[in-house]
Amino acid sequence: MEMPNPDPAVLARKDRVVARLKAVLPEDAVIHEETETRAYECDALTAYRCPPMVAVLPESTEQVSEVLRICHEEGVPVVPRGAGTSLAGGALPTADCVILGVARMNEVLETSYADRFVRVQTGRTNLSVTGAVEADGFFYAPDPSSQLACAIAGNIAMNSGGAHCLKYGVTTNNLLGVTMVMMDGEVVELGGAHMDAGGLDLLGLICGSEGQLSVVTEATLRILPKPEGARPVLMGFASAEVAGACVADIIKAGVLPVAIEFMDKMLIEVCEDFAKAGYPMCEALLIVEVEGSDEEIDHQLALITEIAERHDLVAVRESASPEESARIWAGRKAAFSAIGRISDYMCLDGTIPVSALPYVLRRIGEMSEQYGLPVGNVFHAGDGNMHPLICYDANKPGDLEICEAFGAEVLKLCVEAGGCLTGEHGVGIEKRDLMSHQYAPADLEAQMAVKDVFDAAWLLNPAKVFPLAVSEARRAERMAAE
Amino acid sequence: MTPESEAALADIVTSAKDPLAVQGGGTRGIIAEGEVLSLAGLSGITLYEPGALTLVAQAGTPVAEIEAALAAENQRLAFEPMDPRALLRTGGAPTLGGVIAANVSGPRRIQGGAARDYALGVRFVDGKGEVVQNGGRVMKNVTGYDLVKLMCGAFGTLGVLTEVSLKVLPRPETEGTLLLRGLSDARAVEAMAAAMASPFEVTGAAHCATIIQDGPVTALRVEGFERSVVYRLEQLKALLARFGAEMTVGDAAMSEWIWRSVRDAELLRDVPEDIWRVCCKPSEAPGLMARSGAVSWYYDWAGGRIWVRMPVGQDLRAALGAFDGHATLVRAAPETRRALPMFHPEAPGVAKISAGLRARFDPRGILNRGLMGPVAEEVA
Repeated sequence: MEMPNPDPAVLARKDRVVARLKAVLPEDAVIHEETETRAYECDALTAYRCPPMVAVLPESTEQVSEVLRICHEEGVPVVPRGAGTSLAGGALPTADCVILGVARMNEVLETSYADRFVRVQTGRTNLSVTGAVEADGFFYAPDPSSQLACAIAGNIAMNSGGAHCLKYGVTTNNLLGVTMVMMDGEVVELGGAHMDAGGLDLLGLICGSEGQLSVVTEATLRILPKPEGARPVLMGFASAEVAGACVADIIKAGVLPVAIEFMDKMLIEVCEDFAKAGYPMCEALLIVEVEGSDEEIDHQLALITEIAERHDLVAVRESASPEESARIWAGRKAAFSAIGRISDYMCLDGTIPVSALPYVLRRIGEMSEQYGLPVGNVFHAGDGNMHPLICYDANKPGDLEICEAFGAEVLKLCVEAGGCLTGEHGVGIEKRDLMSHQYAPADLEAQMAVKDVFDAAWLLNPAKVFPLAVSEARRAERMAAE
Repeated sequence: MTPESEAALADIVTSAKDPLAVQGGGTRGIIAEGEVLSLAGLSGITLYEPGALTLVAQAGTPVAEIEAALAAENQRLAFEPMDPRALLRTGGAPTLGGVIAANVSGPRRIQGGAARDYALGVRFVDGKGEVVQNGGRVMKNVTGYDLVKLMCGAFGTLGVLTEVSLKVLPRPETEGTLLLRGLSDARAVEAMAAAMASPFEVTGAAHCATIIQDGPVTALRVEGFERSVVYRLEQLKALLARFGAEMTVGDAAMSEWIWRSVRDAELLRDVPEDIWRVCCKPSEAPGLMARSGAVSWYYDWAGGRIWVRMPVGQDLRAALGAFDGHATLVRAAPETRRALPMFHPEAPGVAKISAGLRARFDPRGILNRGLMGPVAEEVA
């Protein structure tokens, strides 16, 4: 994956930039020694690394504003960073950039159960937002697998989803307002604690903009009352195609589970080995979870099981206790780390129409033979968001490149099937150069025009999302202006 | 002008010398400068996959046609778009493009989300005549910036929608409503907050104090399988006993009628005054109304949305002062319309971004000119 060459003029200004940053931040909040900047050299896309010129860890919106104002004046690119869990390289630095980490900003600022919102600083982790309100019977709905570690800042940047978004939606559906800092240091408020922010939907535009438009420092999040109860059922099938058809029939029948998760044989085995959740050994497994009172759950699960039985169900087991439910979900949420114990892997994130599942799964199987790399499949079946995990050997020269070529083919397949390159992980650098497969030049131009409005100098996370060749003229304009 | 294809529409925009008034069904009382550019020629459902909960249709497709197609598969538009014709005294038929451009959502917005939360993809012609596509037809998509949201609620000022993909949802088996009587605004908002904080998935929460003759009524809706609705209404009734909850409407048709009235603001249809709509924090709603100078009002979204009947020409925004939310002038006498903008003025930082986006997407300022804010050259 190519990254732009560092700007020598920026590197030459390093000492002055560091001195100016030190003047507005606490002593330990400016990291510039080469031995220390290495901690910020990558995110969860570990195949790519590059230490930044400087990393800063501001503690308030005002400090973020000062940092951005200085970087704007000095013409230094800024790469915002939440918890560094991006699988797409969203927080990958360049050698001439300032990493702006919000990890120290993790306070809960306001909680209202009457108006059902919580306002937090965006360095707070996803799970600890729920942690702050769950004793009172509430939760924050988006639940990415990385929720223990990932920050709300990154969730907003990537518009993160999770396993339960079939019912509760993704980040953008649960975000009421933000405080954000523009590249020139101006602080802007969007929305608030009310529903439907006024004017143009700038909140919707910020969410999923991958840290390229502004730095979000505070967020007002919608919280929901916890359901009376929830229960997953495990359903095993003789083939992935049959499982896919079953998903469509469940949805058509008018039952809307909170989650429908799919795992193929490889993932069933590694996750079972990891979590001891009691997954049945079969070709394809669905975890279907419904919510409500015990009686409501019984009623919905009876309907779902009845539909599944028409699809050659080979195994079915309802969770019998909260502990068993927790193990079932622990296995699913640990899928990436479980497979990471046995192999290096690349995790894809394309989404397809649910009706195309059987076709796409078959084609991925064929490509796996062709490229000679094994693939495991785990995904959010209810909404067609796939996560093929391609295994490779990082120590074997050329294997990563084969894996990336294979991954690119799979994502193109997703687009051809009527879907998209990424459902919840974001484009980052990983899918950047495939954007032209999904979007025509005018489509990309319209998106880049938005960045022009927010960040005319193209200093915020500039080498992401858009193919380098497509964004080159805009980035070059900035360099020329210096 | 009524183009019959997206390409013809793009030609019209490209060659336009003067402002264009973009129009779906013309039901929302939007009066913009210039020749009417009607979307009536771009109509029809292009794809509907019930098993994937997805529907794609051209922007001029009547909402009624979409709702009929969905009903045949026992599905629906979950954001419950209002039919504004009675309130606004307009003709025509609401269209998909109009609903999305105006981000129109009904009572269920409080639980299920707004129109913008169900818009998966758009095609539009921007003010330069470029055809742009964004999003797609799948439920999870973070590929590039979300211009779908940007177009949703932009009232045609950034581009003319030509096609929209939607997420649709199953229609529940039945619904029922719990009614509470005689509550003050403050008590009603408390009762609605208690209901919304319960696990019983209330999909509508409205309170009307001063419009109905036989006193204040608070209504709470639940939807789902029959047994579930019965169970949840009973649970809610017990939960809200301290607010005097006693009457449940188990009859689905009666419940539907109640919520259609709330959705379409039917109680305000025949009054002579200006009609405003306020979005706010529910807990602040009674206080806002106490200082509003309004004739009457009713609350939806548990107090988060207020339909307000104001004496003609009076500025509700001035009466409310600064608050967490905004007020839209929905129906106005001509003199009010001349004096006050439809949309709440934006804070300077936000206004700068909005103006920048308009300047990029519609550099000549020809699409629904001035409707949402100053045109490009006035800003410059």
